Amino acid sequence: MSATATTILNLPDQATATVPKKNYITAEHGLLSWLLTGDHKRIAMLYLVSITFFFFIGGAFAGLIRLELLTPQPDLVASDTYNKFFTMHGVIMVFLFLVPSVPATIGNFLIPIMLGTRDLAFPKINLLSWYLYTIAGAMVIASMVLGGVDTGWTFTTPLSTHYLNTHVITTGLAIFVAGFSSIFTGLNFIVTVHRMRCPGMTWFRMPLFVWSHYAASILMVLGTPVLAITLILVVLERVFGIGVFDPTKGGDPLLFQHLFWFYSHPAVYIMILPGMGVISEVVSTFSRKRVFGYTAVAFSSVAIALFGFFVWAHHMFIMGISNYSALVFSLLTMLVAVPSAIKIFNWAFTLQKGSITFETPMLYAFGFMGLFTIGGLTGVFLGSLGMDIHLTETYFIVAHFHFVMVGGMLMAFLAGVHFWWPKMTGRMYPESLSKLAAVVTFIGFNLTFLPQFILGYLGMPRRYHAYPPEYQVLNVLSTAGATVLGVGYLLPIIYLAWSLKYGPVAGNNPWQATGLEWQIQSPPLTENFTTIPIMDHEAYDYEWLEHQNQHGGTYIG
Amino acid sequence: MPHESAIHEPAHHEHEHVFIPQHRHHFETEEQQREAGSFGMWLFLLTEIMFFGGLFFAYLLYRNWYYDAFVPASNQLNVPLGAANTAILITSGFFMALGVWAAEVRKKGLLVIFLILTTIFGAAFLGVKYVEYKEKWEKHHIPGASFSISEFVNPPIDAKTGKPGQKPLNVDMAQKTQIFFFLYFGMTGMHALHMIIGLGLLIWLIARAQRGDFTSGYVAPIENFGLYWHFVDIVWLFLFPLLYLINRHPLQ
Repeated sequence: MSATATTILNLPDQATATVPKKNYITAEHGLLSWLLTGDHKRIAMLYLVSITFFFFIGGAFAGLIRLELLTPQPDLVASDTYNKFFTMHGVIMVFLFLVPSVPATIGNFLIPIMLGTRDLAFPKINLLSWYLYTIAGAMVIASMVLGGVDTGWTFTTPLSTHYLNTHVITTGLAIFVAGFSSIFTGLNFIVTVHRMRCPGMTWFRMPLFVWSHYAASILMVLGTPVLAITLILVVLERVFGIGVFDPTKGGDPLLFQHLFWFYSHPAVYIMILPGMGVISEVVSTFSRKRVFGYTAVAFSSVAIALFGFFVWAHHMFIMGISNYSALVFSLLTMLVAVPSAIKIFNWAFTLQKGSITFETPMLYAFGFMGLFTIGGLTGVFLGSLGMDIHLTETYFIVAHFHFVMVGGMLMAFLAGVHFWWPKMTGRMYPESLSKLAAVVTFIGFNLTFLPQFILGYLGMPRRYHAYPPEYQVLNVLSTAGATVLGVGYLLPIIYLAWSLKYGPVAGNNPWQATGLEWQIQSPPLTENFTTIPIMDHEAYDYEWLEHQNQHGGTYIG
Repeated sequence: MPHESAIHEPAHHEHEHVFIPQHRHHFETEEQQREAGSFGMWLFLLTEIMFFGGLFFAYLLYRNWYYDAFVPASNQLNVPLGAANTAILITSGFFMALGVWAAEVRKKGLLVIFLILTTIFGAAFLGVKYVEYKEKWEKHHIPGASFSISEFVNPPIDAKTGKPGQKPLNVDMAQKTQIFFFLYFGMTGMHALHMIIGLGLLIWLIARAQRGDFTSGYVAPIENFGLYWHFVDIVWLFLFPLLYLINRHPLQ
């Protein structure tokens, strides 16, 4: 490949190429064969469909929020309806989209293949996890249809336990159920990584995608149960008035905050770590280079997971925790920036002197790197005590976590979906249209959320549906950006669906990537490999791939 | 559901050696299947520790804040019943351990008997717990609308000494006993819920053991359930001293 090539895309001759007749999609037929499947790839597809569904519901609420904020007056909806909007937006996006997004779809599909095994350790538990997710989703929809809930996604006590007469119990129990779905996914991944690696697959030959999922799984397994018990306590408090968070009975609302953020801060790393795994794969493939500092990137994932458990109180700086503990948590928060920066720098060095090409996944990955860096650095602002007191509960916070979650995670999710789409379906998406979508998303995103940094800095509080008229210009910009962003998200749904039937046949390895998943047919067989592979090279070894290609024949199955 | 590996599936694969019928075909070896199952179970127990951890944390916090209320409230608990229950639960766990042994040495009859004994002692534990809960109900010590603090504000007079059995609390501090009782019911209730789930699983295991599922070399479900049952025991071994025993008679 010459250094001036504009694409590494390498499709088979379309005149003769066909998608293999025997694969995991055609292995069985009928709805029941999907609903009762134990195949990790089919479960990943079930997840992909359901999280996309919830993404668009959550997105619709975001649209309504932005529409209301178009004008300073509260003209579209009443204030408590607005509260329900942002609550549904938050609950759906956090618990039903971001937490399962990459792990339950792309991770589910790829981790067994990347480790050279036939399935996750517990296929039935994997399916159970999807059913739990579906039940949780149905409960959230039910609470929405029955009249909604307006606690905010944080279920803050005593607001949620004493002052609101909405469907807090239904939603709380839904999150409880969704939590177990997440626990089972994490548990399955950890056991699979420990016990199911193929011969020769040492820990430091695993793709970084697997490392980051391993780290995220640790967080899922250790953090989520704490959220579960916390929500049970909230429900008990509402139903029986037991007083554990009720100051009039001697309970402490701050205890709720501690327990809630003990999960919900690590949860943001549950959301972002798998996305970082996607970026490692994409950046390496489209730079034709081994990821720079593989070991550092691998350990930085684990370090993020570890530090992530010791920073939760930075959500509570203005809630009356002691100054000394605030000081310590502020310092610890700064520490998380270190492993995150390690990743960004290592990706930058991977790019250096690489043969970079700009296919759609790479465009999304570049979007991720830029936006995540901004999101991460503003996180450092917020982690500093003095700044936080000024900026917390303003739009600055909103912009910050949307840069990380939407600019970071959603970009990574889309990068991953595009990158592995040919592997999952056997067909390519239309390249130019998808590049357009990537660019539209990037522009729309910045237009939506950059103004919010300024709004927050100027002091516009979050969670209000009216604001002083001088903020209108920036709010109009933001709403306009949200519209563009919406187009950016609708485009993929359309052309990806189109590509299922009309997309060019992708072949085994359209990107000439090195991962085990690219050495098998697309879409894979139900059993992934005809014989279990033996890993005899490092991850991201492009010389090995070239050697494979020159000497003909596929490596596995 | 930790008993994934317990699913029956005829082995339809083309390996050379003979597999047990319960071998799942995505595992390369039986060894791998067994290790994965027990590793998964240990991880699940880790999540359980975190689940109870939230309650233990709340207990620690409130015990420090409302020490004066926690002492008389904890004195309301029935130590003989609690101690008897500890013995009952340990006995149940002992029979479970014997059950694992019986499965390993492939003695079907013994396994069924031990599992039944495990179940009986487990149920006995819940029976005693019911008696204790009922006592609290009668004394209006269940947190919520009908909670009564009168016993802590005006402690009953001890017949022998003619003085109150406890130091009376002011109304404000007496309110805090409700927190103690909530934690008592929350923690022992969660524990009891785990016992009930365990008893359900035990009945299912007994039925399968009766069919001889676990006495032909496939003991993973029994082993993994044993881990769960012992975990439930261990939780109680922490709950009993924390709720019933610590500082019943604080140094004056």
